[in-house]
Amino acid sequence: MKKQEQAAGIPQAAEASAGPAAPATTAPAPAAPQHPKDRLLRGDRLPHIWCPTCGIGTCVSSFVEAIEASGIAEERFAIVSGIGCTGRVAGYIKLDSFHTTHGRAIPFATGLHLANPELKVVVFSGDGDLVAIGGNHLIHAARRNIDITVICVNNFIYGMTGGQCAPTTPYGARTTTSPHGNCEYPFNVPHLVASCGAVYVARWTALHVRRMKQAMVEAVQKRGFSFVEVIAPCSTLYARKNRLGTGYDLMKFYHDNCEVRHGADTSTVDIGFQERIVVGKFVDLEKPTFLDRLNEHRERRARKD
Amino acid sequence: MRFWRTPLDQDRFHTPRGRIHLIVERCKGCGFCVEYCPRDVLRLSERFNKKGYHYPEAVCEDACVDCNLCEVICPEFAIFSEAVTEESGPASDATRQGGGR
Amino acid sequence: MSKNEAVLTGEHFMNGDVAVAEGALAAGCTFFAGYPITPATEVAERMAERMAEVGGIYIQMEDEIASMGAILGAAWGGRKSMTATSGPGFSLMMENLGLGMMTETPCVLVNVQRGGPSTGLPTLVGQQDMMQARWGSHGDYGVIALCPNSPQECFDLTIDAFNLSETYRLPVLVMSDEVVGHMTEKVVIPPAERIQLVPRRHTPLPPGEYRPFEPREDLVPDMVAAGENYRLHVTGLTHDERGYPAVTAPVQQRTVPRLLEKIRANAERIVRFEADGLEDAQVVVVCYGITSRVARLAVDLARGRGVRVGIFRLITAWPFPERAIGELSARVRGFVVPEINLGQMVHEVERCAAGRARTLHVGNAGGSVHEPETILAAIEEAAR
Repeated sequence: MKKQEQAAGIPQAAEASAGPAAPATTAPAPAAPQHPKDRLLRGDRLPHIWCPTCGIGTCVSSFVEAIEASGIAEERFAIVSGIGCTGRVAGYIKLDSFHTTHGRAIPFATGLHLANPELKVVVFSGDGDLVAIGGNHLIHAARRNIDITVICVNNFIYGMTGGQCAPTTPYGARTTTSPHGNCEYPFNVPHLVASCGAVYVARWTALHVRRMKQAMVEAVQKRGFSFVEVIAPCSTLYARKNRLGTGYDLMKFYHDNCEVRHGADTSTVDIGFQERIVVGKFVDLEKPTFLDRLNEHRERRARKD
Repeated sequence: MRFWRTPLDQDRFHTPRGRIHLIVERCKGCGFCVEYCPRDVLRLSERFNKKGYHYPEAVCEDACVDCNLCEVICPEFAIFSEAVTEESGPASDATRQGGGR
Repeated sequence: MSKNEAVLTGEHFMNGDVAVAEGALAAGCTFFAGYPITPATEVAERMAERMAEVGGIYIQMEDEIASMGAILGAAWGGRKSMTATSGPGFSLMMENLGLGMMTETPCVLVNVQRGGPSTGLPTLVGQQDMMQARWGSHGDYGVIALCPNSPQECFDLTIDAFNLSETYRLPVLVMSDEVVGHMTEKVVIPPAERIQLVPRRHTPLPPGEYRPFEPREDLVPDMVAAGENYRLHVTGLTHDERGYPAVTAPVQQRTVPRLLEKIRANAERIVRFEADGLEDAQVVVVCYGITSRVARLAVDLARGRGVRVGIFRLITAWPFPERAIGELSARVRGFVVPEINLGQMVHEVERCAAGRARTLHVGNAGGSVHEPETILAAIEEAAR
């Protein structure tokens, strides 16, 4: 690794993609090192579509680190996402990835996993996609304890379509379809998923990059239905419509208002508008998976014959 | 690091050093790396890229300890640090420990 | 013979739904996801019983939307997969059927039709989803739909459906109906060696060179499965040959027409019908499914009365046999189209006849099969 001396600023690293070259500010050096994560990203599609100060990119960044740290071979991973801003994640990760219909990533992932249980299937989608239109599939996959991992990026809003109210939007928040303040009760997602039988439930925010990565590692290594909720900033819509600044300000809010409570009773972790956010690993237990039970039944049947 | 006396095993522990690399055209000027660098290595530059975003620059790169936080927290995959290998031995570590934070 | 075999070679007395399940197993289907709905429930029940025997997967999903999603996922996981439903479930499956069409995912969807619309007649026959089979999901895409008229055909055509889905890389529909599904008849299952199966068209190219939506000469791309290190991307968004989203008019105009063309260009190979007595016919009865069994009797009665009438039974309802009907329309006096609906496939006949021959519809709002006399009266009317 060669040193690149420069008067001020930072050596310009090479774009991994075929995009425009960085402006030359020093004498030509050997090709600068590639971003360590570019190996697992579709560099020809970067920069991505998410807004400045959006938290989704950070979640993907932690996830890429989690894949590398998990000890699971990369080609075993299959990423399935739905529709929405977070749904675009599948398109940027350089693994077998499937961008399916709105809310239906989990059934697709279920079929994919059962067809080839060697695959490590990760559903990476947003709060609207997973908990609203996809809510039924979420609770049934948790109930069945299907051995997949679901990462839910919760930005409290429907981002891709312009900022409508979601079942996770806190009470009183403004969105385009709740212009006078949301009057509905939102879901307490960890509580919902835990009560349906998930064996691993954790919540972090986009700020908690290292703990989020660790939760993702544990989730993919976990046998059974594992769920990680990541509270992430939506700058252009949620923050702006509620006069909260940008995603940068929301990250600072997470910094000052998160409480780490591992093992908390999930019924106590609801999120109010600009109120404290309880994060941590809430559920981590062992339970036979759907396939364990199916195979157990078949073996029992075979012994009877 | 400042010590009130020199630790006996000081020669076995080296504070890592890092060098920042930036992919300028990917940066969207979000400021996460600047805000959360634990060594305050970065600040947003006066300069900007083709899309008009101000990207970060290092104010004191010597302070970088290659913790990779900027690399992980950047939503754009636009910045990363690379470990710097030392050419000289422990002596220069001792001199460096006087400075920085 | 051991029931742990996928192919139950021998003579059986089984109903159409059960025959569909056995046909799927004989075709190598090892994944079934479904949801109970009359009159298709027996397909799921048979699959639940038999998948355990052959080591496949049966999963009862929470709704039909999930069922369709799961079979698409299973296909990309490398298996031949199927689901079965009726009218209300068929409607629910439409969005994911479109995903299957857009992503060119091979699988089979069985619709045992019943009276509609809406909840309609859960236990009674209809043939009211035929146009929905063609146009049910939004956007443009080609469709292959097969119509069995007996339990034997339920077995045979389900195997054909799997073969067609692998050949043309799309979901294929089997449009059965409640009477055929619930009728019990002799079904002969041949030895496994005599059943011709089309395997998945796996690409010969290595990772890096393979492009999941790059068509071969027959306009159909080769396929792979997840987990083979191809690092593929599959999306329902308009995409280029690499599978990357490309939501622009030029890419749409380049790639989407192929979804139709791959069926149209190969129509002569796909279209199947059974015809009898066309050589000197003045009237041709165009029919399908259970109605074709009644029409057969009506045709025989008419011939007994001296009417020169032929029968044209659709085996593939889609693609429609445009050329054959068009040619017939030039030399017959009229078509009679009996169907258990208020006018669906008759419009295709009219379209292809282009005014050269009369088209008489013998409709029936649903719930019962036609009386042969009704069809006979229409035949005599058309011959006038």
